[in-house]
Amino acid sequence: MARAATTSDAFNAVAEPRRRQILDALADGERSVTDLVRLLGLAQPQVSKHLRVLRDVGVVDVREDGRQRLYRLNGSALKPIHDWVTTFERTWAERFDALDVVLEDLKRQDQGDGDGDE
Amino acid sequence: MVTVTSSGTATVTLPADDQILIAREFDAPKQLVWEAFTTPELVKRWWHARRGEMTVAEIDLRVGGRWRYVMIADGGMEVGFHGEYREIVLHERIVSTEVFEGMPDGEAVNTMTLTETDGRTRIEILVQHASKEHRDMHVNSGMEGGLQDAMDLLEQVAVSLR
Repeated sequence: MARAATTSDAFNAVAEPRRRQILDALADGERSVTDLVRLLGLAQPQVSKHLRVLRDVGVVDVREDGRQRLYRLNGSALKPIHDWVTTFERTWAERFDALDVVLEDLKRQDQGDGDGDE
Repeated sequence: MVTVTSSGTATVTLPADDQILIAREFDAPKQLVWEAFTTPELVKRWWHARRGEMTVAEIDLRVGGRWRYVMIADGGMEVGFHGEYREIVLHERIVSTEVFEGMPDGEAVNTMTLTETDGRTRIEILVQHASKEHRDMHVNSGMEGGLQDAMDLLEQVAVSLR
């Protein structure tokens, strides 16, 4: 049950470049360890180690298929990352939408208060 | 009420491991965007991102001058930011430091650039993190360089998120 502090959530799991390569490869569909070894040019123990971390945080799921195990992305586990980016983007979008209103007011002032609605 | 045509939502990209770039185009000349960015009463009208009320907007716009923004977020939490101006090019560029007062050990350097074309102004804000620790705090828990990759990846898996 022990979980390493550095890989205890999706953010940290995805921080490692090799693990992102694995996720990229899995984005196209299910893969076996053999597939991943070939695609990434890494040694099998290395791939297996990274897959274990990704499975521990739930970003990757595995199923048995005959003699091999197939790995696939679990999109919902990546949602916290997606949410963080979305929140950051939304904050700036809201900020800039409010700025639009300020700029419209400034433009009207610049045009000499033509509306005369002070 | 003023009706405003939105010029488009903000785009957030990560050009390098330790940078965040926020960009947007506005339907106004750059002098006005500059004014809205550097006049305290105007900053108070938009910087809150509609998530609360700004109680402090101090701007001492000169090299070495300080700025400080404080907002009471809906729900009552007070959040403050402050920094110092490092470079000012009128109507074109402001380089300033930024510290989130909830995490005072971290400091970022923000470069705000205005580019006007045909009366419209593109604004770019490049956030350069000063340390790995601060960058890590900014992305919550140590994503290191992974955010852009994660975003690219999430483009591909977006279907499974909706």
